[in-house]
Amino acid sequence: MKTSSSKWKLRASYFILSVLTVISIFPALWIILSSLKTGNSLYSDTFIPREFTFQHYVDLFEKTKYPIWFLNTLKVALFSTLIGTFLLLFASYAISRFRFVGRKTTLKMFLVLQMFPGFMAMIAIFVLLNAMSLLNSHWALILVYSTGAIITNVFVAKGFFDTIPKSLEDAARIDGASHLKVFFSIIIPLSRPMLTYASLMIFNGAFVDFIFADLILRTEEQRTLAVGLYKMVSQRNSTEFTMFASGAVLVAVPVTLLFLFLQRFLIEGLTAGATKG
Amino acid sequence: MSSKSKAAILSILFMGLGQLYNRQWLKGLLFLAAGMLGIYFFIFELYDYIHGLITLGDTPSGFVKVGKMTKLVEGDHSIFMMIKGLVALLAALLMAAYYILNIRDAHIVSAERARGKRPNSFKQSLVMLEQKHFAYLVLLPPFIAIVFLSILPLIFSILIAFTNYADPILPPANLVDWVAFDNFSKMINIKAWSTTFTGVLQWTIVWAILATVTTYIGGVLVAILIHQPAIRFKKFWRTALIIPFAIPNMVSLLVMRNMFNNQFGPVNSYLKFFGLKGIPWLTDPFWAKVTVILVNMWMGIPITMILAFGVLSTIPRDLYEAADADGAGSIHKFRYITMPMVLFSTAPLLIMQFAGNINNFNVIYLLTNGEPVNINYQFAGHTDLLVTWLYKLALLQSQFSFASVIGIFIFVIVATFSIWSYTRTRSYKEEDMIQ
Repeated sequence: MKTSSSKWKLRASYFILSVLTVISIFPALWIILSSLKTGNSLYSDTFIPREFTFQHYVDLFEKTKYPIWFLNTLKVALFSTLIGTFLLLFASYAISRFRFVGRKTTLKMFLVLQMFPGFMAMIAIFVLLNAMSLLNSHWALILVYSTGAIITNVFVAKGFFDTIPKSLEDAARIDGASHLKVFFSIIIPLSRPMLTYASLMIFNGAFVDFIFADLILRTEEQRTLAVGLYKMVSQRNSTEFTMFASGAVLVAVPVTLLFLFLQRFLIEGLTAGATKG
Repeated sequence: MSSKSKAAILSILFMGLGQLYNRQWLKGLLFLAAGMLGIYFFIFELYDYIHGLITLGDTPSGFVKVGKMTKLVEGDHSIFMMIKGLVALLAALLMAAYYILNIRDAHIVSAERARGKRPNSFKQSLVMLEQKHFAYLVLLPPFIAIVFLSILPLIFSILIAFTNYADPILPPANLVDWVAFDNFSKMINIKAWSTTFTGVLQWTIVWAILATVTTYIGGVLVAILIHQPAIRFKKFWRTALIIPFAIPNMVSLLVMRNMFNNQFGPVNSYLKFFGLKGIPWLTDPFWAKVTVILVNMWMGIPITMILAFGVLSTIPRDLYEAADADGAGSIHKFRYITMPMVLFSTAPLLIMQFAGNINNFNVIYLLTNGEPVNINYQFAGHTDLLVTWLYKLALLQSQFSFASVIGIFIFVIVATFSIWSYTRTRSYKEEDMIQ
């Protein structure tokens, strides 16, 4: 009796999991299949298209500025990730390890800054950039993204550093290592999960942000992928649905694979930072 | 007079003099140069900027008769004046901090000199800086960036709430003025604004509660489902269910917007295939809200699931074994062991997520754009949250001052929850006890 009820429970569990899996994968499958179907409309009477074509991918490269957008995005995302991760790790390490005057104030400042809706700052940043004639430049985006990255991730990173035993650094310091040396040769190698988590988050943020990029980037040549794609389907009478689909697949596939590939680090980073607050 | 107060007084008189007195030549010269720059800035720039910040300009643009021709003369641009004034003010504050540091430094060094210690050479000073003030050294670059890219814009936005900077009063054609609390009282007293405000606020709160609760419960349940000892292929299920989290949310939201399209979207065509009538997913006020919640669940459940996995794997096995020995059923075990453990470690996060959902711009903006339109609302639709309304007001309608008022409201709501939860987390209370 006990075994039959637990068998049922198991079957039910497998059933629910299968349904959930279908739901979670369906949109991805649908967009991939849409990108391969002929014509340019959203409507399709069958799930699997009758005819397959790669024409939309070709069009994407020949008829739109997609390759330029791709390079722009890569540039912005890579530089933001590099600068942002570097600043973030330094800052949160300092906050986690050193007891300096103004430390609690700094923490509170970060907390308060996190709570303001980002758009409130946007208008001001726009005017500021305008005054410095940095509008329509990728460096403006990089600067804003990497600074923003510190504010949004500092607590998770600090929580992570709090868990690394202090004795490791003390030992090195007794041997005469400077703080910088300790940071680069001991802390950085130990914080691989955090490093992966933070850089992936920053990269992803810069990769997909469209609202700020849309405001700053004024010409089509400077656009990033997110802005370009958004423009492709945001208009009410947009007709290039299948081309958008192929563009979306090209954006989403590398990022998704990266996420899945680095899953383990992500989970470690997220849980290590989160449970400690 | 003792030499140490002499050095400090010299430094008060002019930056760097104290250091020179202490025979720290290079350092003294550097401070001296900085001091001169500061004075130049103070005399020739600062006054104008601060004056501009207070008056927000007094000459509007206009046509002036020059001889027989009328010429457009550009007047003051209130908004630029405001920003420049703020930058100048912040720069002055940083300068003042630097000035105090200079006095402190001169004082400390000469005190040591009085005790017979040789002052550090420039190179030694740099080494000292790295060793003793490492935290400040590495925090300085992010600090400056944050001051100018986050704090300054925020102060600016808050100040805007107290001006009449809203269409049709837009510089450079018009001058903006300070109006104190006018915008706040308009928001409450003028009917068109107050109906929109209360309506949008209500939906924002309902949305934040539903969005948080559904993803939280969903995520924990899925994690528990996969975590059952008898379930095989754990890694497969986990990876499959993480996919929504891994797809960039800009892409998945735009895809979802098309999937739920009333006429052509696959969701409705499947419903029709089964002989059901399609649902007006994005065009009916009620269903649009349901759609937003459903899509948010799709995107948010994986995150809670990941976190719940972390917690579940830390629950000691012997707790369950002991429960088994006492003859507890699985519902009992769930109720008395699993759930309390999970809740305990994720509760602070729940509140943070609630606060985050109040500001969840992307889901609304990309999925429904706040639509369907509500004719009773001022520039807002049925699914608009306070943030998306703020966005529309500022960037589409040029109602900057009202947008800022809403921003301040959002801040107050979110701040209340976040501070309340943060002061309860372990990392705030007992951060030195972890080690």
